[in-house]
Amino acid sequence: MSKRIVGPEIERLIQLLAKVPGLGPRSARRAALHLIKKKEQLLGPLTVAMGDALDTVRVCSTCGNVDTSDPCTICTDPRRDEATIIVVEDVADLWALERAGAMNARYHVLGGTLSPLDGVGPDDLNIRSLVDRVARGGVNELILAVNATVEGQTTAHYITDQLDGLGVKITRLAHGVPVGGELDYLDEGTLSAALKARTVF
Amino acid sequence: MPGDPTNRGAPPPVNIGRLKLTDFRNYLSLAVDLSPGAVVLTGDNGAGKTNLLEAVSLLSPGRGLRRAAYAEIARDGAKGGFVVHAHVEGAQGEADIGTGAGTADPDAEGSLRKVRINGAPARSADEMLEWLRVMWLTPAMDGLFTGPAADRRRFLDRLVLTIDPAHGRRALDYEKAMRGRNRLLADGSRNDGWFDAIETQMAETGAAIAAARFEMVRLLKAMIERTPEEGPFPRADLALSGVLEAGLASGAAIDAEEDFRRRLAEGRERDRAAGRTLEGPHRSDLLVRHRPKDMPAELCSTGEQKALLVGLVLSHARLTGELSGMAPILLLDEIAAHFDHRRRAALFGILDDLGCQVFMTGTERELFSAIEGRAQFLTVSAGAVSAG
Repeated sequence: MSKRIVGPEIERLIQLLAKVPGLGPRSARRAALHLIKKKEQLLGPLTVAMGDALDTVRVCSTCGNVDTSDPCTICTDPRRDEATIIVVEDVADLWALERAGAMNARYHVLGGTLSPLDGVGPDDLNIRSLVDRVARGGVNELILAVNATVEGQTTAHYITDQLDGLGVKITRLAHGVPVGGELDYLDEGTLSAALKARTVF
Repeated sequence: MPGDPTNRGAPPPVNIGRLKLTDFRNYLSLAVDLSPGAVVLTGDNGAGKTNLLEAVSLLSPGRGLRRAAYAEIARDGAKGGFVVHAHVEGAQGEADIGTGAGTADPDAEGSLRKVRINGAPARSADEMLEWLRVMWLTPAMDGLFTGPAADRRRFLDRLVLTIDPAHGRRALDYEKAMRGRNRLLADGSRNDGWFDAIETQMAETGAAIAAARFEMVRLLKAMIERTPEEGPFPRADLALSGVLEAGLASGAAIDAEEDFRRRLAEGRERDRAAGRTLEGPHRSDLLVRHRPKDMPAELCSTGEQKALLVGLVLSHARLTGELSGMAPILLLDEIAAHFDHRRRAALFGILDDLGCQVFMTGTERELFSAIEGRAQFLTVSAGAVSAG
């Protein structure tokens, strides 16, 4: 039996923080201690911010993104091209693509990939809503920005199949040499994909 | 070196200069300096000779020459799992490769093996193949030709992986897609779109697997043609059986892929009844014939089968050297026992010529008297290794 060194309130805070990705028990203790020390400047505002987020966060009924409004900020942004939808697996992928800022498009978040072994089927993903969205018209291009894994590619193929006949152009991200990458360090699979998908210079 | 006419076909050797084991089977802690060329390990049964070979086999992707669970490899009572560390000297320079797994920690993912190369974590075990290639032959493989096709397929894929590091990834991808399909079959799913999507992935990765096997067999056959007709080890005729491999033999890869995809779609009802996927590269087989006798390998005598297998592995070692620019490290467990004096001497001669670092085990030092003075002799006893 280890002796208790803090009260149950702090212990609970540490346990919850330890569940945050990127934090383990050790970093959770450090974070908790830091928050407690900066009670006024950090712990208080954080509590308020978290409470506000808890009250307002919702999933966008159009695209599956998380935001504090429904439809989300991206879906209501008039400057975005409505005719182009980028399909991603997760909100994290949406954020990553937005950081790149390369496309002024709308998104559709699937919420995962098809994986029979994990019990994830088409009905567990936002595929139906994507098909409906495309069927309503006004979409010219669908960009499948899923991971280059077996699950990602299976999902991409399934979606392509579901959209058959709806007259939308379906594209996918290029597979190949990363920007700043040296050929010498790439694996054979990536290199042959890059060669197959070569473009006119 | 390429272009050096005096040394044609002999790639620079790769050697393990120093091997360290921690909590590995019966080794509490071991550090041994190793020489290039032949390393002979002698000692009583159960002394730990094969354990040492197993440790070296873990310097390539996979579960090693015993295909053991990692928790089983860790010495009894060792909480931190096992560690194998090797200092490798080769064509690409020097490298320190460490690998370990099998911790008793319930939170750790027991099936995952950690690999560190020159102090940095490797993205996958496949990265070790950039530094060294390891191939082995053990007494457990004596029944390879008569045993189940799964063993031959595993042997075949190991031969491919040793010359083509991307093969492991392909096999994993195919396996994952197929297990997904099997799950759909077991769940009684009728979602054709989902089946289509998975089968497309299976066809793509399956065709890549079959193509890699096909290419390796083609190159190995050409290499076997280059061995002397009356050599000490009989020449083998090789062929592949399998739905995709057969397609590759007669046509283009893209047709074989499309054909396999169609067969999967058509076979859904049959596979549903069986509860699993009945056709594909996971059912392929390597067919070996004893050429001088013009006889299937499985019908040859035990001694002939062993000679055939050794011949195959030696030709493959030469092929690996030529293709990768690294002479592979060979692990030949109890190799000398089956052969008479003449064949043993011939084997040592070929190994010399290959320039491989080769680990050989035996209970009696006399079996290796032909290379006395040309090899490093180590005595293994109860988890310790000493010179001589």
